[in-house]
Amino acid sequence: MKQKKKAEKIIFESEKDVPLMPISLGPMLWNRTGAWRNIRPEINLTECIQCGICWKFCPDVAIAIENEFPVIDYDYCKGCGICAEECPTKCIAMVEERK
Amino acid sequence: MKSEAQKKERTMKLSLPTEELMSSGNLACQGCGATLAMRYVLKALGQKTALCIPACCWSVIDGPFPYSTLDVPIFHCAFETAASSAAGLKAGLEMVGDTETTVVAWAGDGGTFDIGIQALSGAAERNDDILYICYDNEAYMNTGIQRSSATPYGAWTTTTPVKHFKNRPKKDIDAIMAAHRIPYQATASIGYPEDLYKKTKKAKEIKGTRFMHIYAPCPSGWKSRPEDTIKLARMAVQNCVFPLYEVEFGEKYTLNIKPREKKPIDDYLKLQGRFHHLTEEHIKMIQEEVDRNWGRLLRRVDAC
Ligand SMILES: Cc1ncc(C[n+]2csc(CCOP(=O)(O)OP(=O)(O)O)c2C)c(N)n1
Ligand code: SF4
Ligand code: SF4
Ligand code: SF4
Ligand SMILES: [Mg+2]
Repeated sequence: MKQKKKAEKIIFESEKDVPLMPISLGPMLWNRTGAWRNIRPEINLTECIQCGICWKFCPDVAIAIENEFPVIDYDYCKGCGICAEECPTKCIAMVEERK
Repeated sequence: MKSEAQKKERTMKLSLPTEELMSSGNLACQGCGATLAMRYVLKALGQKTALCIPACCWSVIDGPFPYSTLDVPIFHCAFETAASSAAGLKAGLEMVGDTETTVVAWAGDGGTFDIGIQALSGAAERNDDILYICYDNEAYMNTGIQRSSATPYGAWTTTTPVKHFKNRPKKDIDAIMAAHRIPYQATASIGYPEDLYKKTKKAKEIKGTRFMHIYAPCPSGWKSRPEDTIKLARMAVQNCVFPLYEVEFGEKYTLNIKPREKKPIDDYLKLQGRFHHLTEEHIKMIQEEVDRNWGRLLRRVDAC
């Protein structure tokens, strides 16, 4: 997905800025869930058949399609391994996270 | 190895629209099925949607004030009130002339099978114009894996420990909803997103109470590997533990996916830690229960 929205935290300068009703004012993109990851998916694009299955099954919307190929957004990928498990050509490897 | 030129030629054919109304950064566990359910449903319903979400994992996944991981409005309501809140919201919107917005009650199995069933039954009996969606992870997950009436026979939960595992079958909520003769209801699974998408689109266009029951594996509560989430959802359809079908007006049953060869349940149970204590005999009992349910469903489908 194109992350066109702001990935910033919302800071209220004073009490007056806080809405009377607790409504949401922005997305969760400041929360970079990539930090949760222990293993990291890496796509070998030469074996990729561009089926889009990894994109379809990513629960974290962390796979974008760019120039007709899947691209993983490591800021948000939680490392669940679903993409690697479901890839029909097994061209996604789960490798130890480099911390 | 393919050359650059060969690679450029192919375009990706995606089976679902690319628009996302759910974004990254949400608070779900790794490999959460409930999160995928929301992603697919919102692809089908589009921007003109309002959700009522009672206490459940999804009230946390969405994020704390003042943030939301979804691009549609959510009303966080009390645990037992998903259906009545949605019915009220729908009535309010109609009062101000909005007939376009799809009002959705989005609740877990606890909020649907147990505590919310009275409000749901009331709304269905009145045929209130809402789409009620239950994502079923088969226990009270948000509060730490307690049994619900959607928990299947044999499962471990914190309130049904190994020595006293759940000894009652899963409640047949779909039969209960069919008894209300609502215009449309369907079961769906995150393992079959195209089918889920199609049925959500269909539900959106129908007036009156619509009910969808979505199977959503939960690695944290099922003690399964996060990467097995899709596989488990697919297996549950292939072994007829969770068949995919639609019911119109409580009468017309349509089977959406008929497994070519009905698989035994053993492999499915093995992938989930919550069933590891079961003996051969228990597994045989569960298999017989699955076979009975499947036979009953086929008879209903055939009768149409
Ligand atoms: C009236 C009331 N009782 C109990 C609770 C505590 N509670 C919050 S979420 C939850 C479990 C919800 O289970 P389910 O509906 O299956 O959703 P899940 O968490 O599994 O997604 C419970 C018991 C509450 N919020 N309100
Ligand atoms: S590992 Fe999981 S979160 Fe990361 S890209 Fe793959 S499916 Fe998405
Ligand atoms: S699932 Fe595998 S083959 Fe398909 S697009 Fe993703 S990486 Fe490529
Ligand atoms: S406990 Fe289960 S349903 Fe809840 S967020 Fe985690 S994986 Fe999803
Ligand atoms: Mg639940």
